Amino acid sequence: MAAAEAYNISHRHGKVTAVDNVSFSIDDGELFGFIGPDGAGKTTLFRIAATLIIPSDGRMTLFGLDTVRDYKELRNHIGYMPGRFSLYQDLTVQENLDFYATIFGTSVKENYHLIEPIYKQIEPFRKRLAGQLSGGMKQKLALSCALIHKPKILILDEPTTGVDAVSRTEFWEMLSGLKKEGITIIVSTPYMDEALRCDRIALIQTGKILGIDTPDNVRKSYTQKLYAVRHQEKYRLLTTLRSSPRTLSSEPFGDSVHITLSEGTGPEEIVSILTGAGLNDSSITEIVPGIEDVFLELMKHEG
Amino acid sequence: MNEQKVIEVNGLVKKFGSFVANDNLTFDVHKGEIFGFLGANGAGKTTAIRILCGLSRPTSGRVIVAGIDAAHRPEEIKKRIGYMSQRFSLYEDLTVSENIELYGGIYGMRMKEIRSRTPELLSRLSFTAYADTLIRSLPLGLRQKLAFAVAVFHGPGIVFLDEPTSGVDPVTRRRFWEMIYETAGNGITVFVTTHYMDEAEYCDRVTIMNEGRIVALDTPAALRQKYGTASVEELFVKITRPKQETE
Repeated sequence: MAAAEAYNISHRHGKVTAVDNVSFSIDDGELFGFIGPDGAGKTTLFRIAATLIIPSDGRMTLFGLDTVRDYKELRNHIGYMPGRFSLYQDLTVQENLDFYATIFGTSVKENYHLIEPIYKQIEPFRKRLAGQLSGGMKQKLALSCALIHKPKILILDEPTTGVDAVSRTEFWEMLSGLKKEGITIIVSTPYMDEALRCDRIALIQTGKILGIDTPDNVRKSYTQKLYAVRHQEKYRLLTTLRSSPRTLSSEPFGDSVHITLSEGTGPEEIVSILTGAGLNDSSITEIVPGIEDVFLELMKHEG
Repeated sequence: MNEQKVIEVNGLVKKFGSFVANDNLTFDVHKGEIFGFLGANGAGKTTAIRILCGLSRPTSGRVIVAGIDAAHRPEEIKKRIGYMSQRFSLYEDLTVSENIELYGGIYGMRMKEIRSRTPELLSRLSFTAYADTLIRSLPLGLRQKLAFAVAVFHGPGIVFLDEPTSGVDPVTRRRFWEMIYETAGNGITVFVTTHYMDEAEYCDRVTIMNEGRIVALDTPAALRQKYGTASVEELFVKITRPKQETE
C-alpha cells in the first residue's frame, strides 16, 4: 500500500491558489522531498497531509485512510513538524517531550530507542527551557517530539530552513537513520542540494508540481550541455557572458557561472570572447547539471 | 576596491553574564566591499551584528561604524546604516509607498525629501504600477527587491543584510545578488549573512565565526586554497564541525 496518495488536490486562500491540482503517490518507507521556494505551496500541502486543513478540491490518503474523513485515527500515525518552531517555549526540554508522549497515550520510555540517537544530543540540557535552546537544538527537540508516539509517517515542513550548513548535514544523517527504522518521511526544503538525500523528489513552484523523479533522473532530464566558467572578477564575468549572443543562459553558481551555449558555439569561443573583453585566463569545463540547474531551467519554461 | 574603512572592529568582546558571545573580534570592512559574515547558529553572528547596528553595546573593545563609535553614540549609527532581513522587513498591511514613507521616516529622512524622491525610486524598480499595492499581495521576489531598495533609500554608507535570501527561489536569489553587486559598485558597503554557501563565493571577503571567535577571514579563493577544499561549503563544515554543540 502507498504511504501517501494525493488525487488532484487544490487549495485556495481567497483568490490565491496555493496548491493547484497536485497528484502524487509516495511509497511506504520512502524518503520523499518536496523541493521548492517559499510560496510554492509546500506548507499548505503538508498541512493537508497532517489533517490540519481540508483541501478545496481533491483528496489525500495516508496508508489508505482519508485525511478528512479518518483524521482522528490518522493522527495517531502522523508525526508532524511544522516550519515554525511550535513547541512550548516556557516548558523545559524534558517537559515538552513528556507532554507530547502523554497526549498520544504513550511514555518517553516506551519509544526511547527511536529518539535516542537524536535526543541524547540534547539530553544534557533537558532542564533548559525550550525557548532558550539554539536553533540546532530546537530542531532536534522538535524532531524528538514528532517521533515520540512512533508514527508511521513523518511530515517535516522545512526542518532545515535558517539552519547552518553543519547542522543541516547532521539533520539529514538523522533522517537516514529513521528511514532504516521503516518510517516514511515527507520533507520539504528550499535548499536544492538537499534533494540528493531523498529517494525521490517533487519539484514544486507556485502551487504546481514541475516533475517527480529520483534526484539522479531529475538531473539527467537536463536537456543541454552545461558548462562552468570561472574567472576572478565574478560580476564582470557574469555581465560579459550575459551580453554575449553565444550564450543561451548564464547563471551564477558560487565561484563559477553555469552557461549553456547557442547552437554551433564551442566552449573555446567563450574563452576568446572573455579574453576580448579583458578577462584573461578564464576557464571553462563541461559539468554534470545539479538539481538547481534543472530547477532554473524548469522555472524558465513556466515563465 | 577602496581602502577606506567603513567598519573598524578592534578587540570586540561581548559578554552576557559569564557567557562570552563575542571573544576578541578584530576586522575591518572597506568601502564598497561585499563582506560575508558566516558561522553556525549560535556562533555569535547576531550579537556582533546588533553591536555594529547600534542596538547593543560592546562590553569592551573599539567598534567604529561609518565613523561613529558604537560604545558611545549607538543612536547615531542607526541613521547611517541600512538594515534588511528576510524574517522581518516590510509591513504587509501597508502599501508600497507607505512602507517607503515609513522607513524613510525611521531612518531620519524629511517627509519632503521622501515625497520628492519616491517617484524616482519607484520607476527605477519598475514599481510605479504597484505604488498603492499592499505588500501582502506582492510576490516574494518583488518584496525582496523593495525591501533592499528601502534599506538603502536614505543613502547609507553601509547596508546590513541578515539572511536576505533565506527560503527564496533560485531565480530570485540570483537577481537579488545582482542588486548587491550593483549597490557595492555604487560604493555602498554590503555586510551580509547567509546559510547558502554558494552565496559566500559571491563575497569579496568572508569571515567564518565559530564559538564567539573569528576562525577564518579572507577572500573565498584564498580560503579554499589555504584549507585545500573545493568549495566554501566544504571549508565551512571542516572548520566548524569538529566541535560538539556546547551551548
